[in-house]
Amino acid sequence: MIINLTDTGTAAVQQAMSTARRNSGGPSGLVFTLVVVAELAEYDRALAACLEAGREHPSRILLVTNGRARTDRLDATVRAGEDAPGEIVSLKFHGALQQHRDSVVLPLLLPDLPVIVWWPGRSPKAPGQDPVGRLGTRRITDAMGDPDPLGALEVRARNYCDGDTDLTWTRLTRWRGLLAAALDAYPMDVTRASVSAAPDNAAGTLLAAWLSDRLDIPVTLDRQQPGIGITGVSLSSGEDTITVVRTDGNLAKFSAPGLPQRLVALPRRDLNTLLAEELRRLSDDPVYAEAMSALVRRLDRAAERTQGRRA
Amino acid sequence: MAGPSALVLFGVTGDLARKKLLPAVYDLANRGLLPPGFGLVGFARRDWAAEHFAELVAESVKEHARTEFRDDVWKQLLEGIRFVPGDLDDNEAFERLKTTLTDLDESQGTGGNHAFYLSVPPGAFDIAVAQLRRHGLANRPKGSWRRVVIEKPFGHDLASARQLEKKLGRAFEPSSIFRIDHYLGKETVQNLLAFRFANTMFEPIWNRTYIDHVQITMAEDIGIEGRAGYYDGIGATRDVIQNHLVQLLALTAMEEPTSFGADNLSSEKRKVLAAARTPSDLDAHTVRGQYGAGWAGGREVPGYLEEQGIPADSRTDTFGAIRVDIDNRRWAGVPFYLRTGKRLPRRVTEVALNLRKAPHLPFNGTDVRSLGSNAVVLRIQPDEGITLRFGAKVPATPMELRDVNMDFGYDSSFAESSPEAYERLLLDVLLGSEPLFPQPEEVELSWELLDPVLQRWANREAAPDHYVSGTWGPQSAVDMLARDGFSWRRP
Repeated sequence: MIINLTDTGTAAVQQAMSTARRNSGGPSGLVFTLVVVAELAEYDRALAACLEAGREHPSRILLVTNGRARTDRLDATVRAGEDAPGEIVSLKFHGALQQHRDSVVLPLLLPDLPVIVWWPGRSPKAPGQDPVGRLGTRRITDAMGDPDPLGALEVRARNYCDGDTDLTWTRLTRWRGLLAAALDAYPMDVTRASVSAAPDNAAGTLLAAWLSDRLDIPVTLDRQQPGIGITGVSLSSGEDTITVVRTDGNLAKFSAPGLPQRLVALPRRDLNTLLAEELRRLSDDPVYAEAMSALVRRLDRAAERTQGRRA
Repeated sequence: MAGPSALVLFGVTGDLARKKLLPAVYDLANRGLLPPGFGLVGFARRDWAAEHFAELVAESVKEHARTEFRDDVWKQLLEGIRFVPGDLDDNEAFERLKTTLTDLDESQGTGGNHAFYLSVPPGAFDIAVAQLRRHGLANRPKGSWRRVVIEKPFGHDLASARQLEKKLGRAFEPSSIFRIDHYLGKETVQNLLAFRFANTMFEPIWNRTYIDHVQITMAEDIGIEGRAGYYDGIGATRDVIQNHLVQLLALTAMEEPTSFGADNLSSEKRKVLAAARTPSDLDAHTVRGQYGAGWAGGREVPGYLEEQGIPADSRTDTFGAIRVDIDNRRWAGVPFYLRTGKRLPRRVTEVALNLRKAPHLPFNGTDVRSLGSNAVVLRIQPDEGITLRFGAKVPATPMELRDVNMDFGYDSSFAESSPEAYERLLLDVLLGSEPLFPQPEEVELSWELLDPVLQRWANREAAPDHYVSGTWGPQSAVDMLARDGFSWRRP
């Protein structure tokens, strides 16, 4: 059932939600509220992702966008029992109301359940300080959804607060798993490490920061190799080397001391898979927090070096 | 089905009469619960003919009744509709009312049974009751009944409540006085009683061994909506906590009554209310707040002091939060937090019983980071039902635990919809069954509980704590629970 409301308020939206729920049999056991803050141009892409996420986790999804009408008003569309097990409410804010979106989102949150705020595209500078972001127990951003991914990742790192994660980190899950397992299987004293990645790839930056934090050595980052996404990692003790090379964004070549080279499926994953993985964990992620602070240190050192050279 | 009777509505032009009472009368008729000999008399300060009043009734019925409008039912009702214009201090008007009722008894066969519904501001109770008495309208001839219905608030403190009781008692017999708390419909009370006393799985945990603390919330998303004259000086605590929330507290915490008869039910409520007390340090355990301007639910709204008809230095509370402890074996050491407010994010009433944490959790610290404590939530409105909250493992993780909710809704589990609270209330008045109406002793006990708090607030120099419209109340309310090691649920 789909109900459209024009120039409305939260009481009317709640009414429409309970009507829709009653008429469609109603979802029970919703597990959280997902607030998706998107720009108008990303609306369709964001709605598709919401429907997908709604299939994976029965939830209440509030899709927040700014509209272009000149009046101060709220338009809403309530969907229940249509194409997802949960409820999806699109909220379009016009005029001055765009400054007070939190006043509409707050009353529509499910009682007592976790709230996750997700910005699929551009995100505010400090998500934890953002009026809508503050309503969330978890805030998910995506530096790769920003026109300047590397810049966006740096802003994320410098404004980190508990509950934040960036999908850049989720993209690294398999890389981190593979590298950690490799070092478990072939323990060695790593003295040199390098990461290579495409020029605008934020995940490569974060992987280098994480490795340098965990191994406590400087990690070089090579942006010159051809390929997409992260293209390779090499860990070396001087004598032995572990390398992972992935140039097609899909299948990687893995080599370790004394073993023949093998193939590992290491596909780049789509947004919905990443989001679904991120939604499994609703508490803050201390390892991510450490990696982000390592990134800040790394960026500061780089800035000092540049300044030093100029001076 | 009610016996022959006439219902006299004072203040029939008010919001309550138009939106709730008149439609409820029609719905009762439509369900076949009103007798053929039924009279409806409107009394108000308007120069109307009976026909004009009938039109107004028809309008409000068409707009607000829950059942469909049927001409035959309407015709039956119309025969007994009368209107008496006049003020409450107008002796002639009361004489006219008397004539009208005598006439109804003859023409409609209402049998001398008259119920007077005082839908007037609390300040006007006195004069209305005095006038009824003076003009002999409260005297019942043998074999018939006279009843009076009043709405909360019943007084504004213990002394005034007692005085009101005394005045009512001079005109009407105790069993003929009905105190209506329209927030707490009979259906809700019965649902609560059934949940507590028809089941075995909840009783064992319904005590201090398992319950950590209880939060009883009634939140409204609206402001005072032009009712400055009624609201200012009364405030949220007198308007809602004194009657509605204290009744919910009593029903939640009382022992099992020996029967659901009026006396037995009331005596259990009285017992638990007598054991209830507010903490001695009232400044640390109570909060009064007042809403300021802001954006609520997507609309820009004024603060309480900017509302029309509110004095700029008003100290009326639009938010109240109070800790209550119950000194008995079942509840010792379990704080009950009562809170109510206007201009909060959403309209909701619930009783949340939060259980103690498990004594030992055989999991890693990181696995249980997003795990809270178990809870049993009685949802009163909207979507009346029960929510159970417990932990579950998130699939496809090593051992990640998270809170999940299991919901039961009366609406979705039973095809029959609950009757509107007012329908049940009016029918009970006409039938003379009083079990679930608050008894005067309960009203007095709840004032005894709240008087010290209200007094403390009245003596305080500081203005009520400010909160922005559309938020969950002042920071001081958050701090009040934090001091006890708890936090408010987001209802």
